[in-house]
This record gives sequence, structure tokens and C-alpha cells, in this order.
Amino acid sequence: MSDHEYVPSSKFGKWFNDRLPLLTLASHLTDYPTPKNLNYWWTFGGILTFCLITQIVTGLTLAMHYIAHADMAFESVEHIMRDVNYGWLIRYIHANGASMFFLAVYIHIFRSLFYGSYKSPREIIWIIGIIIYLLMMAAAFMGYVLPWGQMSFWGATVITNLFSAIPLVGEGIVTWLWGGYSVDNPTLTRFFTLHYLIPFLILGLVVLHIWALHVPGNNNPIGIDVKKPSKDTVPFHPYIVIKDGFALLMFMIVFAFFVFYSPNILGHADNYIEANPMVTPAHIVPEWYLLPFYAILRSVPDKLLGVVAMLSAILILAALPWLDTSKIRSAVFRPLYKQFYWILVADVLILGYIGAMPAEGLYLLIARVATAYYFLHFLVILPVLGFKEKTIPVPLSITEPILGGSPNLAMAKNKESLDK
Amino acid sequence: MSDKKPERRDFLFTASYAVGAVGVAAVVWPLVDQMNPDASVKALASTEVDVSSVKPGNTITVLWRGKPVFIRRRTQDEISEAKSVKMEDLKHPEKDEDRAKDPEWLVMLGVCTHLGCVPLNDKGDYDGWFCPCHGSHYDTSGRIRKGPAPLNMEVPKYEFVNANTIKIG
Repeated sequence: MSDHEYVPSSKFGKWFNDRLPLLTLASHLTDYPTPKNLNYWWTFGGILTFCLITQIVTGLTLAMHYIAHADMAFESVEHIMRDVNYGWLIRYIHANGASMFFLAVYIHIFRSLFYGSYKSPREIIWIIGIIIYLLMMAAAFMGYVLPWGQMSFWGATVITNLFSAIPLVGEGIVTWLWGGYSVDNPTLTRFFTLHYLIPFLILGLVVLHIWALHVPGNNNPIGIDVKKPSKDTVPFHPYIVIKDGFALLMFMIVFAFFVFYSPNILGHADNYIEANPMVTPAHIVPEWYLLPFYAILRSVPDKLLGVVAMLSAILILAALPWLDTSKIRSAVFRPLYKQFYWILVADVLILGYIGAMPAEGLYLLIARVATAYYFLHFLVILPVLGFKEKTIPVPLSITEPILGGSPNLAMAKNKESLDK
Repeated sequence: MSDKKPERRDFLFTASYAVGAVGVAAVVWPLVDQMNPDASVKALASTEVDVSSVKPGNTITVLWRGKPVFIRRRTQDEISEAKSVKMEDLKHPEKDEDRAKDPEWLVMLGVCTHLGCVPLNDKGDYDGWFCPCHGSHYDTSGRIRKGPAPLNMEVPKYEFVNANTIKIG
């Protein structure tokens, strides 16, 4: 992507690079021109890479001690906690790491929503991101099953039973997923296999995600196309590396707080009871990061439609680049969208809270309103807003409003000229 | 393409793709089917239960194919309550006679037809079962009356081997 052709300085480097251009790649990554106005919301890409590596490394080491068998899984996890050297630390990092991963990915997704990062020409980056998010949910769900506690077992039962809502073939699919007539040992061993596989699929998709990002380059807080390289950009190294590194340190403080001071606060006490197919815990709740979708599932009184609504709530995100008809990317210049954005954030938080509450009475009513609003936002508000909203003039470059003291309106592109 | 007449080569391409597709399907099927219940799982297909100690109004729960099965010896009140329900009031209409061959004994999978939780005994608005997960209410015949579950709790294949023994499966 760099305009200049990279030539290694050493003779060996040149010899190697002619055969495998790894040094060209490294040079591209260090020189990669980045908009100079990126704020801290842009540091979560790096943080997510850290989370993925952490999960893979701790997961590999846990797998050296874990036994994927219905009779031994629960005990082997306790064995890791009590006997294995630093086993408690590795497991708590892995378990809380999943929560940290989702915390970071939600911030990353909502960053994109605010600054319109999913819009042309970045649709493919966005869709790959949604696939990664789906795989993350699958990996997290299967990982939660492995300790074979009560929540593991009943969570697995409820989630796999979602497929039984499919007409005609549903029951067959569920039996196939289970490898039996209920969640049992065959289910556990295949979940372990897939839980081990998915992080590496995610890793491959992350490479594609970053590759696709490096074609148009980063979006930025004012959401305009940036000429690269120019006065509006800085090289990735050292500017962004240092900023990402600092943000990562702050993130690790939060991470360490959970691992060392409240390692079980995000989990569920019932999962320290071994799985029992005869008794369902009184109140089944998924992990916090799945609660909004769980609330949507429960807000629909019909089994099939509930499952359809829940899946649609996730898949609708993939269509977002085409549902949002506004040509202006950043919410900074979209006064109405900015308000709807925050309403959506509140709506998702409400759904998350309701998902943890029993599905009855007032909770059920709120869940239904919030579910309806969620779909309204994507299917009605966003498409209409692009035509109705009066946007604020967008500056021509990142430097212009700063050097000019205030936005130079004569130079500014307004929405009409963008439409041409 | 469209103005060109099919040639021998097009036939060869189509035939090769077709053979290739059959070959791929033949290889994929064993990889998919290995996930279905295996012979050892299928071998555990039936269970015999001694019910001589179950008193009227009591339920025992046994494990069959990894799933709980409720065996309830119903009281006269429960039987008459189950029989008096009108078919129009049922989400999944089934007569009590069709669910309990011997009205005193109700044998069914203790699995909520919503998402597979185990409902609780003697709970709910219809004196039968209540599922704590998503709030489905079942009556004294195990039929769904209220809540998200679409169907009545399933009655498995079973028979009385003798007066005291039920064979499930």
C-alpha cells in the first residue's frame, strides 16, 4: 500500500525478501498511514487481538490438564483449580478473558456504529467482523459447557434445543448435534473439539479483517476520506503503536481486577454444581454478553418466531451498510442519528438487564417494547434518516478546521455536493 | 456463451463436475453421519422400572436415554381434572385417555417442549408441572396450558410388563 517500494538494507534481507516478501509486509505495517485524529475508541482493534492471543495461549495450557469426558470433566476443572501449578490463574484468566473479549468487541462494534465505519468502502471489513462475532459467541457458548456444571449442562440443553424450532428437520438436527437423545458425553467431546478449532478460524478471519482494512485504510472520527499519505496521516509506528499500547495497559488493569479480585463475579454459582440431567436450576441465565439476545428470544411468545427474532437481531447487523442510507459516516455531523444512536445503546442495555430477569409481568412488557424498538431502529429509522436528516457540513480534511481556526464553510462539502 | 452451441467439451465439463460432486458428497456423508447417535447410545434404548412402591399422588423420575421420565400415579381428583378439560382450551389437543392408557399411571418425558428443561412437580396454575426456565404451565395430564412451549410433554413408548413393572422404550 505504501507508495514507495521497500528495499531491505542488508544483503541477506534483500536475498530473503526477494524469495518471501515478509520484510515488505513488515514495512507496510510500520509505515501504514493512519488518520492522525484517531481517538481512544480506535484502540480496541489492538485490544481485541490481545484478547484472542490470551484466550489461545491460556486455552492451550488448560487443554493440557482438562479431560473432555462427562464423568471426569467437572473433576478435572477442580483439579486444575486446586492441583495444577498456577492452574487457578490460567483458568481465571481464560474464563474472565472471554468476558473481556466481549466487552472489547461490543465497544469496537458500537464505535463502528457511531462513526459509520461499516459504510462504503468498508462493507467487507464489517461483514467479516460480524462473522467473527458469531464465531466468538459459538466459541464462548461451547467453552462454557466444558466445565460440565449445572449451567453448562442446561445452557447447552436450552441453546441446542433452539434448533428444534426448525420445522420438520429440527428434532433430527438436535439429535445429530447431541450425538444421542440428550446432552451427554458425545456432546461434550465434540464441543471441546469445536471450542479448540474456532479460535484458529477467528485468527484467520482477523487476518482477512485487517487485510480488508488496509485496502481503504482506517475510518476516523470525522468520517471523511483521507488522502494517504498526507498531512492528515501519521505512520502506524510509532504513533499508533504507542497509543494502542497505552490503551492496552489500561485495559489490562481492568482485566487484572476481575482475575485477582472478583474472578467469579461474571460467572454463575450453579456452575460449581456438577451437571445433573434430572434437575434444572431454578433460573437459567446465559453469560452476560448474550443477555440482550436472550431477552429478544423470550419476548416472543412463539417458539419458532422467538428463535427467528433472536437470529435476525444478530444477522440484521450484516445488512447495516445497506440499511443506513446516509452518505455521511460520522455521527458528529448527523445531529439526529447521534440521538438515535444513544437511544439504541440504551435499548440494548435495557434488553441486557431484562435478559437476566425472570420473563414475566412488567419485565416481559419492557422486553417486548425494547425488542420492537431494536428492529425499528435498523429497519425503519436508519433507512428513513438518510433522506430526512439535515446534516452538518463536513470538513474537507482533518487539518482544515484546525488550521482554519473554525470550519471554513466556503470550503466545506455539504450533503448536497456529496450526493452528486 | 449463450450464442454458442454446446460442444463435446461442455458435455465433458458438466459430466466431470457431476461425478466430482457425487464423489465429494460420498466423502462428506460419513464425516457428517459420525455425529449421529452411535451403536452404544442406541443400545440403551429401553429401561424397566419397578413402580410397586409409588403411592397415589407421587411421582418418580427415572433416566431413560439420558432424559428424565416422569412416572406419576395420579389421584382420582387429578384424573377427573384431566378428563374434564375441553379440547378447545388446549394448545395441543390430546385426550387424556390417549396419553394415559391406564388412567392411574401417567408416563411421560420430563422434558419441557420449549427448550428442554425439566419441569417441576405439583407446580403451576394447572396443578401439574411448571417449567422454571421460561414459564410453561402443564396440567395433570402433562398438556401445555400456558407459556411458550408448543406441545404437550411427550409420552414415550412404554408397556406394563406386569402389574408392578413398566418397560420404557
